[in-house]
Amino acid sequence: MKLLLIAEQRQGKWNNTSFETLAAAQQIAAETKGSLAAVVVGRGVAPLADELASKKLDEVLLVEHDLLESYTPDGFTVALGQVISSSKPDLVLLPHTYQVRDFAPKLAASLNKGMIADCIAYRNDSGRLVFVRQMFQGKTVADVTFQGDAPWFASFQAGAFRADLVAPHPSGKAPVNKVTVDLAPQQIRTKPMELFREAKQAVDLTQAPIIVAIGRGIKAPENIPQAEKLAKAIGGELAASRPICDEGWLPMDRQIGSSGQTVAPKLYLALGISGAIQHVVGMKGARTVVAINKDQNAPIFEVADYGIVGDIFEIMPALTEALEKA
Amino acid sequence: MKIIVCVKQVPAKDAPLHIAGDWIRESDIGFEMNEPDSFALEEGLRLKEKHGGEVIAVSMGPDRVKQTIKEALAKGADRGIHVADDKFYALDPLGSARSLAAAIDKEKCDLILTGLQSDDHGFGQTGVLLAALLDRPHATLIMQIDVQDSKMRLKRELEAGWFQWIECPLPAVLSIQSGINKVRYATLKGIMAAKKKEITSIPRESLGVSIQPTQRVESIYVPHKTKKTEFLTGTPKEAATKLVEKLKFEARVL
Repeated sequence: MKLLLIAEQRQGKWNNTSFETLAAAQQIAAETKGSLAAVVVGRGVAPLADELASKKLDEVLLVEHDLLESYTPDGFTVALGQVISSSKPDLVLLPHTYQVRDFAPKLAASLNKGMIADCIAYRNDSGRLVFVRQMFQGKTVADVTFQGDAPWFASFQAGAFRADLVAPHPSGKAPVNKVTVDLAPQQIRTKPMELFREAKQAVDLTQAPIIVAIGRGIKAPENIPQAEKLAKAIGGELAASRPICDEGWLPMDRQIGSSGQTVAPKLYLALGISGAIQHVVGMKGARTVVAINKDQNAPIFEVADYGIVGDIFEIMPALTEALEKA
Repeated sequence: MKIIVCVKQVPAKDAPLHIAGDWIRESDIGFEMNEPDSFALEEGLRLKEKHGGEVIAVSMGPDRVKQTIKEALAKGADRGIHVADDKFYALDPLGSARSLAAAIDKEKCDLILTGLQSDDHGFGQTGVLLAALLDRPHATLIMQIDVQDSKMRLKRELEAGWFQWIECPLPAVLSIQSGINKVRYATLKGIMAAKKKEITSIPRESLGVSIQPTQRVESIYVPHKTKKTEFLTGTPKEAATKLVEKLKFEARVL
């Protein structure tokens, strides 16, 4: 099988999920005795292409154009559509990043193809690839296969594969080949402007050894002091899943998940958090996870070492008391 | 502005799911408006209040999805389009988007809004695909919309706390990021007014969309556990005491 990985960079910096997907691509290429190329798109990104060439690949494609300096869905769709039409891969793999969400379905559709997005794994059933993705917010998973002719498009979720398992090139470097694309200013309809960060990160949750995180189960802002008391008793920082920060009950810099911070503390307490994947990707690196939830089928228990099924409003004070006594 | 908002109906958040073949058993669960779409609807209503015009709520699925359209009408949408298909859950993202595109193309609206993704399939592709199929510019993960004449200034959310302003001409398709606004509740007056609002039903087969599936869900199942969870039982006090002991002496994290 001929594979093409679309690697992602912004302003000359890698999105590290690219290397996780590269690890998956190397594995699929090896299993199917196929070939693997990776493409880098941008302007002035030759050093990145060079870096990529040190990995186990058959070829790196370098696509540079003034109009590709800043990402636009139109520009990337046109450019990558031409790359795919000329290099004719069977399977195009992408990291499931915010940028990929923004253009990849359009890229696939522009070639009249579909995409299996946000996969967490794949299986090789005697040469036939089966992609595994979550449904119903992680409560179920589905085996999905491609129908129709190649090229097929699939994206892998952050954390689905390990970037540290990327194999280096066996004999030095893969060739870097420039690909010229035709792109005119009028093909790009949106105009990207400045990138910015909102409020400074007041709390760096990535440095906290213990995190007490609350989710929808906290029900109302009046109940947050109970969680604060528990966080104090256990010596941890208070954090939350996205809905709590969206409601303004806790500031945005306390949000854990795909749109917030990614943490790997030694202890993570999830209180009333169902465990939607957008949250789990931000905390699954924690050494020990405790989940407390009234629903015993909540997906958060999938990643928990210890679980208590029950009412957080009964367990929070009991736990605070037990910690204060200990 | 003429605004179309795509609203999907999904199983209620706390509904117990029972897998049945390549879908779930629908008979004993409640349904609700897909939460990410409720943010898109709210944004559509606010744009109408600011700039005038019309909001049309579109939903695809069996008869039950009319309830979700009615909810949108009660909140302030002007009319509804129901793309009727009892087996819509079996459509792949492209088939689903092609059907919606065919149903709304003739409306010639200024703006199409969708939520970020659905809480059931979670494809997260519908908005981008609608833009591709209808040949309109698009943007996703939108946190703010400022309409200026025939274009919009948009705030996009990127990863890791970054944002970006972009300009996008109208007509366009936007996928709204959850949390962009505070969603309103329907008022009693709104619910009464909704009764007089029109819902047009279009059978999906009548749209003449050829559906060549690009992908197929072979099976759905409950995930295999990656970690072995030790459940601590007893009264809250007993469970809390056991947990502290485990964290101290077994996990050694306290």
